[in-house]
Amino acid sequence: MKDFIIKEFKQIFRDYRSMIILFGIPIAQVMLFGFALTLDLNDAHFAVLDQAKDEHSRKIIEKMDASSYFILDRNLNSREEIQKVFEGGVVREVLVFKPGFSENLDKTASTELQIITDASDPNTANMMLNYTQAIISNYEQSLLLAHGKQVLIIPETQFKYNENLKSVFMFVPGVITIILMLVSAMMTSISIAREKEMGTMEVLLVSPIKPIEIVIGKVMPYLLLSFVNFLLILGLAFTVFKMPMDGNMLLLMAEALLYILMALSLGILISTVSNSQQTAMLLSMFALLLPTILLSGFIFPIENMPSILIYLSHIMPSKWFIIIIKDVMLKGAGLKEVWFPTSIILFQTVLFISLSIKKFKIRLQ
Amino acid sequence: MQSAISIQNLSKHYADNQALKSINCEIQPGELFGFIGPDGAGKTSLFRILTSLLLPDQGQAKVLGFDVVSDYKAIREQVGYMPGRFSLYQDLTVEENLKFFAGVFKSNLAENYYLIEDIYQQILPFKHRRAGKLSGGMKQKLALSCALIHKPQVLLLDEPSTGVDAVSRKELWEMLHKLKMEGITILVSTPYMDEAAKCDRVALMQKGKILSIDTPTNIIKAFPHTLGAVKSPLMNPLLQVLKQSKLIHSAYLFGENIHVVCKLGIDFVQLEQELISKGVVEWQYQIINAGIEDCFMELMNK
Repeated sequence: MKDFIIKEFKQIFRDYRSMIILFGIPIAQVMLFGFALTLDLNDAHFAVLDQAKDEHSRKIIEKMDASSYFILDRNLNSREEIQKVFEGGVVREVLVFKPGFSENLDKTASTELQIITDASDPNTANMMLNYTQAIISNYEQSLLLAHGKQVLIIPETQFKYNENLKSVFMFVPGVITIILMLVSAMMTSISIAREKEMGTMEVLLVSPIKPIEIVIGKVMPYLLLSFVNFLLILGLAFTVFKMPMDGNMLLLMAEALLYILMALSLGILISTVSNSQQTAMLLSMFALLLPTILLSGFIFPIENMPSILIYLSHIMPSKWFIIIIKDVMLKGAGLKEVWFPTSIILFQTVLFISLSIKKFKIRLQ
Repeated sequence: MQSAISIQNLSKHYADNQALKSINCEIQPGELFGFIGPDGAGKTSLFRILTSLLLPDQGQAKVLGFDVVSDYKAIREQVGYMPGRFSLYQDLTVEENLKFFAGVFKSNLAENYYLIEDIYQQILPFKHRRAGKLSGGMKQKLALSCALIHKPQVLLLDEPSTGVDAVSRKELWEMLHKLKMEGITILVSTPYMDEAAKCDRVALMQKGKILSIDTPTNIIKAFPHTLGAVKSPLMNPLLQVLKQSKLIHSAYLFGENIHVVCKLGIDFVQLEQELISKGVVEWQYQIINAGIEDCFMELMNK
């Protein structure tokens, strides 16, 4: 077994493609998501606290609702309801029209409009704000054209949660989750498939080495390298993006190891059903990577999805791991708080390992 | 004495073809045994069943008394196997490959080094070269070294001489004879008929069947016909004429000659007369002893 692990390390370090996947892609992704992630806005729910209830406030609300970017979710009656509506999770933006909104506009040609956005997902928050401001300045333009009157609606913006609008706080957990899945699952499945493709599996099978030894020999190096990767991304998050760390570092590392182990066993499971490196790669891509990205809540908010996808997202280990990282890093949660997602990942790990040992082929087809 | 390998009524079929059709064969301990036949004869399937890599559909096979299905673990401890395709780690060096396989087989490299010394000496100058960059002959030598490193009792070599230069082939067979002296039972498959003579006994295989099992000399002795090597400036027309002759059992191109197999009781004097009567004059013949390939052709046509 020791020989196997040594051999595996040598092979990884000699294959420059593996090295790129291992260390190049993670760094590139962190930078990419950190600086350039933008998405389109569609049907974002907003609420209105209209204390003015006059001509201009009504028209602005109508314009917002009519655009394809926003949907008016509800009208609020008091400031107290703002907090509540944000906690519901659906409404991401609240517009507050103060009393005398139109009066100020007509008399002084200038008025204030308060825009409060939920910045726990900073990308969406930023986008909503930009689109809202665009709609408002559009309204200013239309007034200018209709009445030849230059008016100014001054937005007074406020972010709820994550006031600094640091999107890193959202994407670092996401990137860690995806990278670990990619590196662990894809690399192990490919490396076992390579043994089959090159015919070396044939020789290994006709030897006293046990399937479990082959599996452990494959898992160990990637467990180690993935963990190094995890530390690398975490280091980037701390230094480049100043991500806070409120929870227990040891707990975070233990959770990461568990998640890596889960991904590795998934990779081995994939390799038991694929005979070539290409199949293994495609399977990992489509069966793992895409759902991980799409259904983990990393990029697309899960709550806005159709219910079937919501159910599907519950079986994505990545979703639970993102929850764990966020809770531990941002909220300082301990094991007591994250035991539920942890136990789900633990259960999946055991399931995948036992399945892959059971499905490991001791013969050729 | 118990057979080293015992094969009874062994059959194997894949989705679209029957690879092995009810094969029977007994191989004695210490024998150097050859399975000889063209591609598609079923040699690789047979070797894979014997190494427990494939399950047979029907029949039984035992290696060193262990059943290939139920006692596969014991077999995997005892046999050395070299697949037809080069199956070592191309991205590891010669030395690393050898050490790795020694580790996998839990054997001591120093203890069994004497077994592979002869061949390993030859690749020693390249021990830091990656296995993928070796020449065909070198690769086979390395693969053989790796298959031998745990001193197996039975060695199975699937087409070890395919894609290997003539010198390396010769060295390979010398090596196999040395290993035989160590008491190792050796099974070799090959598509080259001329290699049959180097085995103690051979099984001629064709389309999943064994045509004949015997020593190479006995197989040749059993050839009943008169055989001649015929030469002519006009080979193809002559071959057509010969094939139509009623005196001829079979005629086929063999290298630069046509091998002409007469019907039983017919000799070349009679054949010469017939050809002269047909106006064919420009040809010479020479009576020769049958080779394994002639025997193979004969058995195949039966």
